[in-house]
Amino acid sequence: MANAAVQKQDTSYVSMTYLDAIVQAQVEEIERDKRVILMGEDIAVYGSGDLVERFGPDRIWAMPISEASFTGVGIGAAIGGLRPIVDLNIASFMYLASDQIINQASKLRFMTAGMIKVPVVFRVCMFYGAAIAAQHSDRPYSLFMNVPGLKIISPTSPADAKGLLKSAVRDDDPVLFFEDSKLWTTKEEVPTDPDYLVPIGQAKINRSGGDVTVVAISGAMRPALEAANELAQEKIFVEVIDPRTLKPLDMETIIKSVAKTGRLVLVENAHRMVNASSEIAAIMVEEAFESLKRPIIRLTAPDVHVPFSPVLEKAMYPQKQQIIAAVRKLLS
Amino acid sequence: MTIGKSQQEEMYRRMFRIRRFEQEGTRLYTAGQIPGAYHASIGQEATIVGACMALRKDDAVTGTHRSHGHPIGKGADLKPLMAELMGKETGVCKGRGGSMHLADYSVGIIGESAIVGGGIPLATGVGLSAKVRCIDTVCLCFFGDGAVNQGTFHESLNMAALWKLPVIYLCENNGYAITTSVASSHGQPNIAKRAEGYGMPGLAVDGQDVNAVYTVTSEAVARARAGEGPTLIEAKTYRFDEHQVGLVISGTPYRSAEEVRDQQTHRDPLALYRETLLSQGFSESELGEIENEVEIAVKDAIRFAQEGRLPDPNGLYDYMFSNPILYPRVDLP
Repeated sequence: MANAAVQKQDTSYVSMTYLDAIVQAQVEEIERDKRVILMGEDIAVYGSGDLVERFGPDRIWAMPISEASFTGVGIGAAIGGLRPIVDLNIASFMYLASDQIINQASKLRFMTAGMIKVPVVFRVCMFYGAAIAAQHSDRPYSLFMNVPGLKIISPTSPADAKGLLKSAVRDDDPVLFFEDSKLWTTKEEVPTDPDYLVPIGQAKINRSGGDVTVVAISGAMRPALEAANELAQEKIFVEVIDPRTLKPLDMETIIKSVAKTGRLVLVENAHRMVNASSEIAAIMVEEAFESLKRPIIRLTAPDVHVPFSPVLEKAMYPQKQQIIAAVRKLLS
Repeated sequence: MTIGKSQQEEMYRRMFRIRRFEQEGTRLYTAGQIPGAYHASIGQEATIVGACMALRKDDAVTGTHRSHGHPIGKGADLKPLMAELMGKETGVCKGRGGSMHLADYSVGIIGESAIVGGGIPLATGVGLSAKVRCIDTVCLCFFGDGAVNQGTFHESLNMAALWKLPVIYLCENNGYAITTSVASSHGQPNIAKRAEGYGMPGLAVDGQDVNAVYTVTSEAVARARAGEGPTLIEAKTYRFDEHQVGLVISGTPYRSAEEVRDQQTHRDPLALYRETLLSQGFSESELGEIENEVEIAVKDAIRFAQEGRLPDPNGLYDYMFSNPILYPRVDLP
């Protein structure tokens, strides 16, 4: 299951950031399939590489500030035969769009017994840790994990961002693509193959180790890898897993890892109550309780809104030192 | 606009199909053969049929929780619709949609949204899709007077006018959002007038006159197909039954018994159209033949529905996703 990305043998690589990988994936998909369109606010101007000039206004649609409805326009366009990427920009704006995502996109295939399909991608970016206060800083993926009928992806690396976004565009079901602004500047070698796809529903082992399993979601991956690097100097080997897809969750990879380590730390930046870690912990206890040598530790944001003042916000999200402390606690 | 004899026959047939389907459905619902809630379209047949007859088969339609009339108006087979009401596997949505969601994709219905105003953005998106794909299909969007006060109405009409999308927004104004009258909930009760604010034509029409609805809708469809953009049509109609069959609303009546009786006596769209057709030279026997044919079709639909099999409980997980994915299946002990 791990490292299961579909890669061609002869593929070449180029170094690029997480954000550039997303933009490249969009451009390649728009070039590949004339049904793919991009919709969003201010996309004619910001961060999309002169797309209007390249593809014209029939492919790149600049939206008025009408999230509740342009989300539904994207869904309707998908039903009508297109494959829209709807860029909702800031994740907190999803609340305005949530009726259309939940009551229409996620349900129409089921309610019509498969007559209607809804191949739409919603791109949402989680901005936080940037002093933009409570109404712009949410990480709301766990709310949508409670909705049947959605696929939810949360890549942490540039190559996965490219490969998963392309898989999402080619998928026949609605997909929520949660990107994390904390990862935008992450750089790595990304395959140039325009058909480079990362399958939806497969986790990745980012670093192997036999002592403790750390599952890190989205922006929590950076401090998790930093913690693993530091612990390795003391010969403590942490296995770091990126679920990459939150729905459907690849629990097999996590359960196999914990069978080896017997210890599990879950790290994410969403609020604590009923988040992705809650679900992973619950499934672990249901399916593989006997593998656990110690209780599961969850490191998350507290059940408190994101404050404006950077001094206050800094304390919100799990840091490297807390992850290290959690790993030590499980080994003590 | 001249309407040919065969078209008039078809309009009468479809209106009568809705009427008899709803009457029999109401009877079966009351007898406990149909689960859930039942919202009948009786009284609104001329609006539905006049609008749908102005469309081609490949044009799309979105509808509402009062969903039975729309597919019948668009020409659907009655059998899978009745089976759907009974929650059968032989239903048009295999028992997954039910009364509020009779979305028959085979006749172009791409959604019957029971969230008020929920279908308006979808219709707008289908229009956008036609524009991007350079095809000349249109989308007709049914919604009620209540939906006009949803944000999706405002946002969607703005976008459709801005991009000249081929969408016909057809308000079935039956006067009441459950118990809330237009007069008590609309700052501008003249709904057609709202179109001006969005930069599109807005027309009010007698929704009990099928020819009138057909004519204004046909003009709107022609504009949409020609790339001239959307139209808002307000069809003034009336719901003869309660919001929902059997719904008891206590307290002061929101509409008087006299008002309802007056509408049923003087504004019944089927009776009005029957008179019109007779005055235009149709014979009693011609209309009687259509009525008999519809009676048989409704009876056949009921038999088909009653004889159809129920969904297999093991099929609970079906139709969630297009492609097989690792998805946890939990069987309760």
